[in-house]
Amino acid sequence: MASTFDLRLQDLHSKLNGKEVSVAELVEASYKRIADTDFEIKAFLTLNEEQARKDAAELDNQLASGAECGLLFGLPAGIKDNIVTENLLTTCASQFLSNYNPIYNATVSRKLKAAQSVTIGKLNMDEFAMGGSNENSSFYPTRNPWHTDYVPGGSSGGSAAAVAAGQVYFSLGSDTGGSIRQPASYCGVVGLKPTYGLVSRFGLVAFASSLDQIGPITKNVEDSAYVLQAIAGYDELDSTSAKVEIPDYSSSLTGDVKGLRIGVPKEYLGQGIDPKVKESVLAALKVYESLGATWEEVSLPHTEYAIATYYLLASSEASSNLARFDGVRYGVRADNPDSLIDLYRKSRSQGFGPEVKRRIMLGTYALSSGYYDAYYLKAQKVRTLIKQDFDEVFKQFDVIIGPTAPTTAFKIGEQVGDPLTMYLNDICTIPVNLAGVPAISIPCGLADNMPVGLQIIGKAFDEATVLRVAHAFEQNTEHHKLRPQL
Amino acid sequence: MSITIKDVEHVAALARLELSEEEKEQFTDQLNAILKYAEKLGELDTNNVEPTSHVQPITNVMREDVPRPSVGVEKAMRNAPDEEDGQFRVPAVLE
Repeated sequence: MASTFDLRLQDLHSKLNGKEVSVAELVEASYKRIADTDFEIKAFLTLNEEQARKDAAELDNQLASGAECGLLFGLPAGIKDNIVTENLLTTCASQFLSNYNPIYNATVSRKLKAAQSVTIGKLNMDEFAMGGSNENSSFYPTRNPWHTDYVPGGSSGGSAAAVAAGQVYFSLGSDTGGSIRQPASYCGVVGLKPTYGLVSRFGLVAFASSLDQIGPITKNVEDSAYVLQAIAGYDELDSTSAKVEIPDYSSSLTGDVKGLRIGVPKEYLGQGIDPKVKESVLAALKVYESLGATWEEVSLPHTEYAIATYYLLASSEASSNLARFDGVRYGVRADNPDSLIDLYRKSRSQGFGPEVKRRIMLGTYALSSGYYDAYYLKAQKVRTLIKQDFDEVFKQFDVIIGPTAPTTAFKIGEQVGDPLTMYLNDICTIPVNLAGVPAISIPCGLADNMPVGLQIIGKAFDEATVLRVAHAFEQNTEHHKLRPQL
Repeated sequence: MSITIKDVEHVAALARLELSEEEKEQFTDQLNAILKYAEKLGELDTNNVEPTSHVQPITNVMREDVPRPSVGVEKAMRNAPDEEDGQFRVPAVLE
């Protein structure tokens, strides 16, 4: 079904400017599509209907007055539910925060408002962003729009599914170990994890502070560049925010990849990869060859240590970050505690789901007296080796290309109860977070009618190249135009 | 090195979690499996490797200590599960 949301941002803006469509109509189209599809997909946790309609009316008035429009003017957007939105429930898909009504906006929420997109609602996710399938949402799992027996991926599963299902024009997700790229891959959309420090984390409910980054999920690369433009930049409210010049990302989309040097890590195409996924990636490399780029097999030798490193570091950081959820100042407090400490214990035990508890337990253990050196410090040192792997390859290559995930989406329930197998799905995405560099997942075909994602990894703060390389592929292929039948 | 139920109870106490008997058993098995997997890191010699806490070349970020308006009591209390006179109420801390 053709949808207004399939239009490129610039074409949609021409239609708005030419009065062929109004912001109010776009917002209504978004809610209509949600009403028609979300009983099945379950991408949304909270809708923002009343406010969104008010915002749309205001934007339409502004357009009529001829005032200058923001970069994302009038675009219906969904926001992952771990990004704080003032006066709009922000639950992190957790029972603990099921009633949490924030008193402030995350920096990215503020920036979207300044860019004049319209917030349609808050998107489902794995609880506190811990998981890769959205089955850890404490409310309900999201389903893959391509086949509703399958997971959409995670933790930004709602963000990817909502864009794939045409419910919103774009969405924001967060990525700690692949949580934007893997669901984008599973749902056949474009997901970008920026360089650590490029987008402010202020107001992103912290999971693993040294790894978390917010980024856009869109239907094409050009739109990804526009949304990134709107949310990137230094923020004094985030002490790890980078003071770097922000280039004009859309002007980097030249379509030219002649002379580009591509490194293809053998570790990403080895054991455990679905042969059909590998075939799609190799076909994509052929497209780049035909455009004048060259590729060579390279090695990121510490890849096999990345998952263990990640789970120790991310869980340690999570155990510390989630200590703030004590039932005193916000969130759901347990009834009838005997004492203050009992209040903490009961509220946390009732409020957190199993995966969150498991990671808090792992992290607390790894940080506890006697084990810190063996686990946490050791993992921090291995992180250095993993980062050096990337530094070495980037001395000779402009980008690294491989699959986003070793397989396509799996069936709901298939991997529940086996956390370690679930963690192994992230083998191609986790090293990127540990190294802090940017990466995008773009559609590169179907395997058994489910989408395959191509991952393009760049040097730190070189999003311009990552987007250019992704865009060149898109210009010469039709994969990104495929839509699920809903 | 493997984790026992006693270790799980100790860690749960540190993490302010109250676990059911079933959860304790499940976490003992699962944490053992994850930590066994993590022993892989022991294969690497990291004696001369500096740890990475995060990738940005930033240490301390300072700003001028200038007073600014804060959110105010009413807003700050909006999500309080229990309050009294603009303060968060909790069970008695002292006997």
